[in-house]
Amino acid sequence: MAPQRNVAVVSVAQTPHRRAAAGLSETEMIEPAIRQALDQVGATIDDIGFVCSGSSDYLAGQAFSFVMTLDAVGAWPPISESHVEMDGAWALYEAWLKIQSGHCDTALVFGYSKASPGDLPRVLTRQLDPYYYGPLWPDSVALAGLQARAMLDAGAITEAEMAQIAERNRNAAKDNPNAQLQGSPSADELLTAPYVADPLRRHDCAPITDGGVAMIIAADDAARKFSSRPAWIRGIDHRVDSHNLGARDLTRAPSIAIAAQHAGVADGKVDVAELHAPFTHQEKIVRTELGLGDDVLVNPSGGTLSANPVMGAGLIRIAEVANRISAGEADRGVAHATSGQLLQQNLVCVLEGE
Amino acid sequence: MTDDLLHAPLTIEFGFNRTTGPVVGAFYTGLREGKVLGIKGADGRVVCPPVEYDPTTGAPLTEMVEVGTEGTVTTWSWVPTDREGQVLPAPYALALVQLDGADTAMLHVVDVSSTDQISTGDRVKIRWADERQGLLTDIACFEPAGGAA
Repeated sequence: MAPQRNVAVVSVAQTPHRRAAAGLSETEMIEPAIRQALDQVGATIDDIGFVCSGSSDYLAGQAFSFVMTLDAVGAWPPISESHVEMDGAWALYEAWLKIQSGHCDTALVFGYSKASPGDLPRVLTRQLDPYYYGPLWPDSVALAGLQARAMLDAGAITEAEMAQIAERNRNAAKDNPNAQLQGSPSADELLTAPYVADPLRRHDCAPITDGGVAMIIAADDAARKFSSRPAWIRGIDHRVDSHNLGARDLTRAPSIAIAAQHAGVADGKVDVAELHAPFTHQEKIVRTELGLGDDVLVNPSGGTLSANPVMGAGLIRIAEVANRISAGEADRGVAHATSGQLLQQNLVCVLEGE
Repeated sequence: MTDDLLHAPLTIEFGFNRTTGPVVGAFYTGLREGKVLGIKGADGRVVCPPVEYDPTTGAPLTEMVEVGTEGTVTTWSWVPTDREGQVLPAPYALALVQLDGADTAMLHVVDVSSTDQISTGDRVKIRWADERQGLLTDIACFEPAGGAA
């Protein structure tokens, strides 16, 4: 779909990402990020036409938990608001559509979770088909191991490459004050560690994180009012592969390539890319499906391997690319977000400065 | 004093019942009878476990076919520690198994006690549950089919 209106990211803010935001509710945790995103552009909630969030009742342990979180936004007088039980990247997609449809010129988007109170790999089993997968309670790490093994068997990756991906991401996170894991032993050293779920070692897995991200997007003149260098969304598209894992070639994710084509990834030079890959081997799949060259700077933030707030980690990819464009460090970038197990559903967003 | 407090249980759940329908229902019923059913896809490939719609084209599927109770491990990973709800005591392997006569693989668990006992390409067979009820767990697990392991 050719966008009718130019929409840009004009402000982003993140919480610190940590293993447990002890003593804070989800609402208390995300409120400072929402406040900061508004304050940075001198806006209040009255300047925002639409609010959309991504979070999970399964993690919050409460139905309609996102309604409580609206206390962090300020919902009186009444606001126009929606929610997705998905990563905040899909909340961004809904807000982008809302602006495209002419219903509003500005939107506040946020995604967050506290994974610390539960057993995340077990909670994530509830994303699966309830007939053929759910009854086995197959945890997310063991499932990811199936995909890693398929790649190793196919010669699509090596354990050494996986360790190098972990090392590169976590060393990059040393420059990211919000990151949960910063710095890494050498890949050679990482490879001496035992498996946690053969063929995965601990370094292959993203951490369990509490945290979130907030973002303000705006159309045309509104964007220029808020930012001297808006990060324009040139293309955004999301696609899905079969949830039937045994019918997929797990070494690939064709939905990423389709989304990339529709978002126009190959229409210009890519300076920077942020990829939502909670396991090391998945970064290689995403990178390959996006068709990124070796000259592209990938995950300068440290990526999901350094901070993994579920329901926020995808939107953070878009926020990190937008930050680099608005700061003038990059002219054009690609952000990828994933949802579901083993890169099942994927969103690709192309951002550009001017 | 605390003995006087009133208590009530709080169970966090999203409770609902599902109707399995003509395809998943037939698969479950087959398991109860000790048979595994797949379904022919639009391209003639047999999808097992069966799905109502073709994974590629989305066309509705109807032709159920019986597949074997032995198959081949197409990929696997190791589950070293117990988690609530899981169907075998750890350690065991989680695996995708392509049953003989099927063109896709099903997810299940393989009862082996160490990673030395399983490899991609191994032959495995179904170990049926003692009492079958028409559920995925009527397949208690897979076990090595001898020789290959």
